Amino acid sequence: MIESYKPIFVLLTSFLAPLFIIFSSNRPNLRESFSILASVLKFLLVLNISFYVFKGHIVYLKLVEIFPNVALEFKIDEIGIIFALVSSFLWIFTTLYSIGYMRGLKEEHQTRYFCFFALAMFSTLGVAFAGNLLTLYMFYELLSLSTYPLVVHHQDEKARISGRKYLIYILGTSIGLVLPAMIICYNLTGTLSFEPSGILNNKVSLFMANVLLLMFVFGFAKSAIMPLHAWLPAAMVAPTPVSALLHAVAVVKVGVFSIIRIFTGIFGIKLLAQLNSTHIITFFAAFTIITASLIAMSQDELKRRLAFSTISQLSYIILGISMLSPKAIAGGILHIIMHAFGKITLFFCAGSIMVGAGKKYISEMDGLGRYMPYTMGLFFLGSLSIIGLPPMGGFISKWYLLLGAVKIKSLVLMAVILLSSFLNCVYFLPIAYNAFFKAPKEDFSYVKENYLCVIPALIAVIGSLVLFFYPDPFLNLIFEFLSKIKG
Amino acid sequence: METLYPALTVITPLIFAFVVGIVSWINKKICFWLALLSLIVAFISSLKILFYITTTSSIVQYKLGGWPPPIGIEYRIDWLNGLILPIISFVALLNLIASKRFMEKEFKEKESFFYILYLLFTTGLLGVVITGDLFNLYVLLEITSLTAYSMIAMGGTGRSYLASLNYLFLGVIGASFYLLGVGYVYIKTGSLNMVDVFRILPHIYNSETVLVGFIFCMVGVWIKMGLFPLHTWLPNAYTFSPISVSRIIAPLMTKVMIYVMIRVMFSVFGRWYVLGRLYGVNEFVVLLASCAIIVGGILALSQRDIRKVLCYIIVSEIGYMVGGAWLGNPNGLIGAILHILNDMLMTFCLFLAFGNVFYTRKKTKIEDLKGLFGEMPYTSAGLVLVGLSIIGIPPTCGFFSKWYLILGALQAKDHFFAVSLILSSLINVILFFRFFEVGLFSKASYKKEAPVSMIVPLFIVSLMLIVVGICSGSIVNKIINEFVLVALG
Repeated sequence: MIESYKPIFVLLTSFLAPLFIIFSSNRPNLRESFSILASVLKFLLVLNISFYVFKGHIVYLKLVEIFPNVALEFKIDEIGIIFALVSSFLWIFTTLYSIGYMRGLKEEHQTRYFCFFALAMFSTLGVAFAGNLLTLYMFYELLSLSTYPLVVHHQDEKARISGRKYLIYILGTSIGLVLPAMIICYNLTGTLSFEPSGILNNKVSLFMANVLLLMFVFGFAKSAIMPLHAWLPAAMVAPTPVSALLHAVAVVKVGVFSIIRIFTGIFGIKLLAQLNSTHIITFFAAFTIITASLIAMSQDELKRRLAFSTISQLSYIILGISMLSPKAIAGGILHIIMHAFGKITLFFCAGSIMVGAGKKYISEMDGLGRYMPYTMGLFFLGSLSIIGLPPMGGFISKWYLLLGAVKIKSLVLMAVILLSSFLNCVYFLPIAYNAFFKAPKEDFSYVKENYLCVIPALIAVIGSLVLFFYPDPFLNLIFEFLSKIKG
Repeated sequence: METLYPALTVITPLIFAFVVGIVSWINKKICFWLALLSLIVAFISSLKILFYITTTSSIVQYKLGGWPPPIGIEYRIDWLNGLILPIISFVALLNLIASKRFMEKEFKEKESFFYILYLLFTTGLLGVVITGDLFNLYVLLEITSLTAYSMIAMGGTGRSYLASLNYLFLGVIGASFYLLGVGYVYIKTGSLNMVDVFRILPHIYNSETVLVGFIFCMVGVWIKMGLFPLHTWLPNAYTFSPISVSRIIAPLMTKVMIYVMIRVMFSVFGRWYVLGRLYGVNEFVVLLASCAIIVGGILALSQRDIRKVLCYIIVSEIGYMVGGAWLGNPNGLIGAILHILNDMLMTFCLFLAFGNVFYTRKKTKIEDLKGLFGEMPYTSAGLVLVGLSIIGIPPTCGFFSKWYLILGALQAKDHFFAVSLILSSLINVILFFRFFEVGLFSKASYKKEAPVSMIVPLFIVSLMLIVVGICSGSIVNKIINEFVLVALG
């Protein structure tokens, strides 16, 4: 364990950024350079911390004691740093992309947009670094609140309804389920910190543990597990960069990340193996994977299709950890990274189409490939990663998930994973195919690709490729983490 | 402690109330500054007392007029009232600053009357909290109430007279109940000093007279604080009074009555009486408190006038504190006391924020908040913060007291109370996001923020919400725990 103030600096970069952004709100170029500066600085600081973690240390910082034995504290371990690295890395490119997108569509209230984006990243990293459940909960709530203004950015009737849905699902579950579960936990154990072997072991009856687990899993509704998924498609009214980073990477991954923390840090694998509710969660996750894929096929609006695909992919992660075999957990955690890179590519492309051609619906995109070759090409590569085909990163995580399913000898789960991959093909590949090989329905000669939108997508694709060929650093970290929680 | 600070805290606003009255004949301009000065003195001396208590961890006693208790009146400050005194004077001070512009504009002639009443009201509140004498408490309570009635009537409309009269009737009934209760206790013990009564009572715990005395005291206090179903005077009284008046009565009056309740329960009758002799009663009171929380929330949802919404939020919050105190375990009591502190700040911040809105817009319906976020960004920021605090989002202070309350409810196996606390959070989400939605989803027509003298207090208080939240660990550890240890053993 290394005590260090660096986590504070990481958080401060994006916490203080809004001050500078507001200060320079009348000079867009200066304002955006502050955003870029903050994101780059943040990534470098996270990278700096990651060196300690790669060397096998845990970075630790305790701020103030809030309740007896529960402090506001940060503890950066292997999976924390993975999540932090991925989200802060992708923030840089989302910022670049945001500039292209927001200016390209001449959106209003850009200052507010960049402010809350920075605050959302502040909260995301807070969740990644949180050393106990209370700290995690705090940043989880802050994230819900800082993304609300982004979801309702357009301030029209549709945004209002979506905003309501967003709040009811996210705040309703976190206050209604997670908060009481957390207090019950504290009442039973007197602590809330994440321990490698869990804190609830031997301190709680099996019935209570089952109930608590379900309360936690469904309480963290950001993971969009069915039936608590409806907020995610609704949240697609937000500007596309928000959907890209927050609703494919930060927010939803915070949901599954919290669930991973609950599984590994609060319950512990040993206790979970005795619980029946893990099977319930496995069932819900498997159900979500298939159902969301089926719904995705019927969606004509590109962003909504992507949203349902996200719902389905998030449940892979939950499925992975609820299988409780090391390979499957590794696959689940790895999927956080792989899906992040894959899905952000797709959203970047969707936004690029919106800026370049003004098209939202898939049926209108026939023949667009000739006019937006880079965008559609990258879209194709991104969908390969989500489907889980080599040479893209998505293959690796699905491979591990499959290995995990083989390990616990569950034919059903193997079938679910393979069937879902097939469904992914069905709803993703025709988009790129039609764009390139079908004749355009209308005149697309006005279409122009915006390079600020294409380059971030390209980088995300390169990221996916690199992760396919070179996933070892992350894999090592994950297995290091798993060896600890196995005891 | 042989100092004058306890006396200074109460006497300064009292004397200055008269000074302001005399000076107002000569020069009206300086009334405000005199009132300000006296409240600053009261604030500093109450802080000094708190500082003394925490550093030396001993109780401050002050014999009024040099008479030894139990014959004379004793000011007795321990961790509980040591914590509450500075907050009362702090809120009074900030509200005075925020009220200056409003008073100049709305009450040109009566400005000095307002300052006199305001100082007397503050004196009364500080006195109620500081005193160690049951009868003296009644006297100061009546000073507070009488000034409150007249300040509410300053609203000047027919409805404010009616609300004031209604409050007067119920307030007098409540005070009489309390006085009767004190009388019964006095008959049996022959003493009015709290410490003295606490010492004598265990010998006569089985006396019916003492039981009746306790019940009268409690009912009186409940009427005064507006515990459901005795809350009917509250919404109108706070709604139809001038902003500057409701802004100080709403945060302080009910919370001070909760202090009185806790004081009478644990420092006069003692835990053996309240939780032992009256075993079973506490469950009933907690049930009542849970009903207050839920009914307050539902009534708040059904209102269209913002001021009424705020009033019913207060009704609901009263349930938090009464329930916490009657749970009868350390965590519940810690939660109740911490919530007194938090709720004073939250309610004050809430009324400050909406005070700014009412001042600039002269309208009080929810739909009148249209375009608020674009038009009054600073006020809205304060409003959002206090909303989050009342909902109970960490790190704002409301979360932490709610945590202790729920923990206490779980430990007492009072699940209904725990559920109603969670439910209240959810209701508050709806309440506040309804405000935010109206404020956010319509274009601002013109830019007009409230004056600086109103923004600055709001800014300070909303910052306090976070600071108190983050420091709540040490507040509980160093101050509240000490009292709870004494009270619950």
